[in-house]
Amino acid sequence: MAGKSSEATGRVVSIASVLGAAGARTAYEKLLLIREFENKVYDSFVAGLVQGTTHLCQGQEAVSVGTVMALRDDDYLTYTYRGHGPCIARGMDLEGAFAEIFGRSTGVSGGLGGSMHLTDMQLGLLGSFAIVGAGLPVAVGAGISARERGIGQVSMTWFGDGATNIGAFHESMNLAAVWKLPVIFVCENNLYGEYSPILSTTPMQDLVVRASAYAMPGVVVDGNDVVAVLDATRRAVARARAGDGPTFIECKTYRQCGHSRSDAGKYRPPGELDAWMERDPIVLFRNRLLAEGLLDKAGLAATEQRVREEVQAAAARAAEGPWPEVRPLHDATYAGTLTA
Amino acid sequence: MSTITYREAIVRAQREALAADPRVILMGEDIGAAGGPFKTTEGLFEEFGPLRVRDTPISENAFVGAAMGMALTGYRPVIELMFADFMGVCFDQIVNSIAKHRFMCGGKVAVPVTIRAMGGGGVRFGAQHSQTGETWVYQFPGLKVFCPASPADAYLMLRQAIDDPDPVIVLEHKAMMAMKGEIQTDAGRWPAQRPQVVRPGRDVTLVASLAMVRRAMAAADALAAQGIQAEVIDLRVLRPLVAEPIIDSVTRTGALVVVEENHESGGWGAEIVARALTAAFDYIDKPPVRVTLPDWPMPYSPALEDAAVPSVQKIVDAVLAQH
Ligand SMILES: Cc1ncc(C[n+]2csc(CCOP(=O)(O)OP(=O)(O)O)c2C)c(N)n1
Ligand SMILES: [Mg+2]
Repeated sequence: MAGKSSEATGRVVSIASVLGAAGARTAYEKLLLIREFENKVYDSFVAGLVQGTTHLCQGQEAVSVGTVMALRDDDYLTYTYRGHGPCIARGMDLEGAFAEIFGRSTGVSGGLGGSMHLTDMQLGLLGSFAIVGAGLPVAVGAGISARERGIGQVSMTWFGDGATNIGAFHESMNLAAVWKLPVIFVCENNLYGEYSPILSTTPMQDLVVRASAYAMPGVVVDGNDVVAVLDATRRAVARARAGDGPTFIECKTYRQCGHSRSDAGKYRPPGELDAWMERDPIVLFRNRLLAEGLLDKAGLAATEQRVREEVQAAAARAAEGPWPEVRPLHDATYAGTLTA
Repeated sequence: MSTITYREAIVRAQREALAADPRVILMGEDIGAAGGPFKTTEGLFEEFGPLRVRDTPISENAFVGAAMGMALTGYRPVIELMFADFMGVCFDQIVNSIAKHRFMCGGKVAVPVTIRAMGGGGVRFGAQHSQTGETWVYQFPGLKVFCPASPADAYLMLRQAIDDPDPVIVLEHKAMMAMKGEIQTDAGRWPAQRPQVVRPGRDVTLVASLAMVRRAMAAADALAAQGIQAEVIDLRVLRPLVAEPIIDSVTRTGALVVVEENHESGGWGAEIVARALTAAFDYIDKPPVRVTLPDWPMPYSPALEDAAVPSVQKIVDAVLAQH
């Protein structure tokens, strides 16, 4: 499977050279955290703790982890309704995230946002947008701030393959390119927008060509290979920090679950899901950790156990959280005072 | 007459329109093979094929604008916008182009576009997926705005919209998809495009739209038990607004309460109150009351969403306080 990643990126990268032993452990832990988190959100939905809808990212964890690990603490991030991955990779408090999805006052946004709107300004997590494409212009704006401030910050935005068909994508790409802004555009090409296969809505499957329309460097990376994602993102981030402008990174990946809670994924051609399950990003990375001798089976098992317990405990605490008090919410609506 | 759900009524209206008129073409995201995110085009792709039931990219500006181009050149596009909130993405096409084009052409062209959008709260979808869209579009001359609150209206209003020579926005409510009722397929028996009394009463006039109609009806039941006979009016057509049935009613009851799933300031309720006061000032004995969403976006938390959407109890309380 490493062969596949080098094919996509054109580079053969070992875990040790990109991540080091400690970094490799961190990456594995983050991958697991996201997987366990999403699985628990799913279970919680079935158990009635979550209402409305959720858009989970099982299968796409390597994109979140590989990109976020290339960032500095003072960088900016915008993402989508399928945005739990970047949030958890960035270190969002797990209990706060669960509590938000459960609609409790202890949630990261006091229960006002929900699953589609996890944010934490302390972590540079500027916002989760449920309107397709809406996060891109905001990332461009954060890129302007970063550029103005002049201390080498970058802004990163995640979006799907389907989002590259909306106007906001094209306008944002152009603006970032013409102003040479430090923005990294991370396209998670999971081959579907809702229930539509990419080629039914988009005249090409390789979206990286869209970068060249804006004279922006574009790279394609195996989105299920966390090492390759990190390696490619680091280059893009270095370019941006140096003032050389934006990069478009197309991560080839696959969403193992349905689009949202109500979707059983019946539109998938037979065998497709199975083939991608064999390229599960966590299994791939685990096998490579073992092959490269960076972690042994006992070490992996200990990490897996710890992460599982951490996630279960956070969800259990979140489920105990109080419901928000019913009260006027003007303070959450306006930053200033409303009376003259 | 046959009994079907609100959702089935929407499917049926489109099926009949597609069958009756080769100029009708449906477009929207995942309305084809998938049958629509709310299953409101179920089976139509199989029946009419991918050219008449077209799956679009996520490009609202492009396909809503394209609908206008199709309408100008001989077709009758019917757009499904999925969530009404997404009108925000293509608002320019709707209000600057589609609504005004005929006027700017000196009345020499028609723009027969139908835009369906599903709005409303109560389903835990949060601030960006719960708006009705009513107050976004009811201001613009050139548009018509239909708000079906029953399977009967979901069916006939969509048929009327598709036949209409002017652009019509049909705002459906996603919390009503499973509601059952009878539909009238005989166009000769369809009611006029205006508000309708759905429950007679002599003490107070309740005006509501979309999902609030059912709540107003339930409130009227509760009020009846306390000796107050509420007349309930389903607003139905937001633009062009025909105030006459409301003014008639208020003239008889002397009291007006409006119930809407929008914010109070700038809600259509303000328009209804203004029209009623202007036309029936001498007959109105009590200050009109508006039961609306609070002045903040829709919260996700079930506890807060339930407190935000006008409830039966809130409507009852408002009427009792007025009396
Ligand atoms: C403007 C807009 N149109 C439509 C939708 C409904 N919608 C939500 S997610 C989605 C598919 C997006 O696909 P993609 O960009 O590939 O992201 P993915 O969900 O695969 O991560 C659609 C159409 C929306 N939220 N916003
Ligand atoms: Mg996608």
